Amino acid sequence: MKNPDIGILIVDDEASVRDSLYKWFKFDGYRISTAADASAALQELQNNTYDIVLLDIKMPGMDGLELQKRIKQINKNIITIMITAFASVDTSIQALKEGAFDYIVKPIDPDNMSHLIRNAVEQRRLAHENIQLRQHIETIFLGDEIIGESPIMKKIMENMITVAQTDSTVMIKGESGTGKELIARAIHSSSNRRYFPIITINCGAYREGIIESELFGHEKEAFAGALYSRRGKLEMADKGTIFLDEIGNIGEKMQKDLLRLINTKQFSRLGSEKQINVDFRIICSTGKDLENAVQEGAFSEDLYYRLNVFNISLPPLRERRIDIPSIARFFIKKYAQSLNKNVRDISQEALQVLVEYEWPGNVRELRNVIERAMVITKGDLIELNDLFFFFPSSSTASEEKSLEDVEKVHIEKILGVTGGNIAQAASILKISRLTLYNKIEKYNLRK
Amino acid sequence: MRIYIVPVKIRDGLWIEDLVAEIANTFGITVETVVRNIDIEKAYDPFRRQYNSSCILLDILNCRPQGIYKVLGIVNVDLFIPILTFIFGEAQLDGPGAIVSTHRLHNKFYGLPEDPELLNRRLIKEAIHELGHTFGLLHCSYPGCVMNSSTYIENIDQKSKEFCTQCQTGVRSYIKSSF
Repeated sequence: MKNPDIGILIVDDEASVRDSLYKWFKFDGYRISTAADASAALQELQNNTYDIVLLDIKMPGMDGLELQKRIKQINKNIITIMITAFASVDTSIQALKEGAFDYIVKPIDPDNMSHLIRNAVEQRRLAHENIQLRQHIETIFLGDEIIGESPIMKKIMENMITVAQTDSTVMIKGESGTGKELIARAIHSSSNRRYFPIITINCGAYREGIIESELFGHEKEAFAGALYSRRGKLEMADKGTIFLDEIGNIGEKMQKDLLRLINTKQFSRLGSEKQINVDFRIICSTGKDLENAVQEGAFSEDLYYRLNVFNISLPPLRERRIDIPSIARFFIKKYAQSLNKNVRDISQEALQVLVEYEWPGNVRELRNVIERAMVITKGDLIELNDLFFFFPSSSTASEEKSLEDVEKVHIEKILGVTGGNIAQAASILKISRLTLYNKIEKYNLRK
Repeated sequence: MRIYIVPVKIRDGLWIEDLVAEIANTFGITVETVVRNIDIEKAYDPFRRQYNSSCILLDILNCRPQGIYKVLGIVNVDLFIPILTFIFGEAQLDGPGAIVSTHRLHNKFYGLPEDPELLNRRLIKEAIHELGHTFGLLHCSYPGCVMNSSTYIENIDQKSKEFCTQCQTGVRSYIKSSF
């Protein structure tokens, strides 16, 4: 907001005060209007928008305190500054209690006046910026990046929205590259904590001892090399969310510390006895079989049950092949923008290969394959020879056990290739549409 | 096309020649000094023991010669406008008149030994600043520009007597569009 964008309304029954304030602010480029009494001021506030209102406390008719109440009813964000001829402490305190930004006693030192208005304008700018940032946060809701029309993904999204409204601890399970962090961020972005940070700790990336310092912070000289005090990630996540990625990788001591933290919501920095209270929500993820780790005694059973309040299991990409075309097209659109390439789609032949591939690296691998193809492709279509797989697989049915399993996977692949077009899929499969409908029903492949 | 300087009840001295030269150089317009017999006592507020600057400016404008471009009154009394404890000067934005007081530009006002050269520099800056407003310029956020707002004496000492590039362009286009 630049000065001409800031509207200031001056309300005073003394013309000389109105005029002198008008001139004074005009030189700073603000948009200024004046009103001689409360009713004229209210009329002006109905007709135009103002950011700051300077109003005399004592005026004939409605006084400044009453006018301030009416202004706050119109728009509680308008900054009000009271003008008084006498330093009446009672009235001024009353005005401040009722929401005035400050008050000035006539006459005021020019420098104090400049500081006062500058601070009021700064507060208005920050409030404006805050509103814009909140709107921005809402528009970048990461749900847009979670692509999937398959029944299982629809159910996951439903669960995600339900759990986002609560403060329950969430455990996200899934193979590497299935989008566990994306889901965690989407839950945070849909929750009431979305205006506060989500702090990620990759539990697999730290050695025992280092992760404690990262999470809880430390005081100066708490250990060799601690040259200064440092806030931990838990403190940074206050009022927000802490995302513990690959929780299965933490050691025994850290498991105990975490359990105590979850029970008490209190902790102390390394090298300090002082207890710190924080308000956070935990979301954790794992690619390991934690139930098995609990049975083997490698992971605390108490902690497991504390963390596994709400469970979201992300399927590997090979179990939702029907989503592959839409995910691939999402990445094509995304990279077309970021790489500034005029690639609009993928050929049917190339798409069929994507749908049939096993995707051991899941969505992350699909993203990398598309990004690489986008870089090397010469035309406006990704072709088969643009695709490069790190783990090429010859058989796609090796893990399937029965004929029904093989049939289900094959129908799903063909539906993926045809983008869900029943007539086209039935034609490729050489079965009637009715038979295809029955099989879709049987294998629960409906979108 | 002329800018008139009207000293009110202050002795003409060498400083006025410097002022005239600086203003003429800054605005590129001929500057003349005229003496008018203006009674400023009616602008005196006995309660505040200061002079209402708007009243004096109106009187200066009322007795200006016909067809002049801008008028700058210079007084040595303490000026005020009703809402503020004091002002160094006042101007009509995009209007014909401005006024500057030397009262708070003197070192002795702040309990320091007088410094005529410093006073002269301060007066030149304030005169150009207030005249700048009459040429349609607003306060400038560039710290060194003469149009930067000055609410205390150190502000005046810190800025230069020059316009920044943007304000200079503003003045030139104002003059060009006026004639």
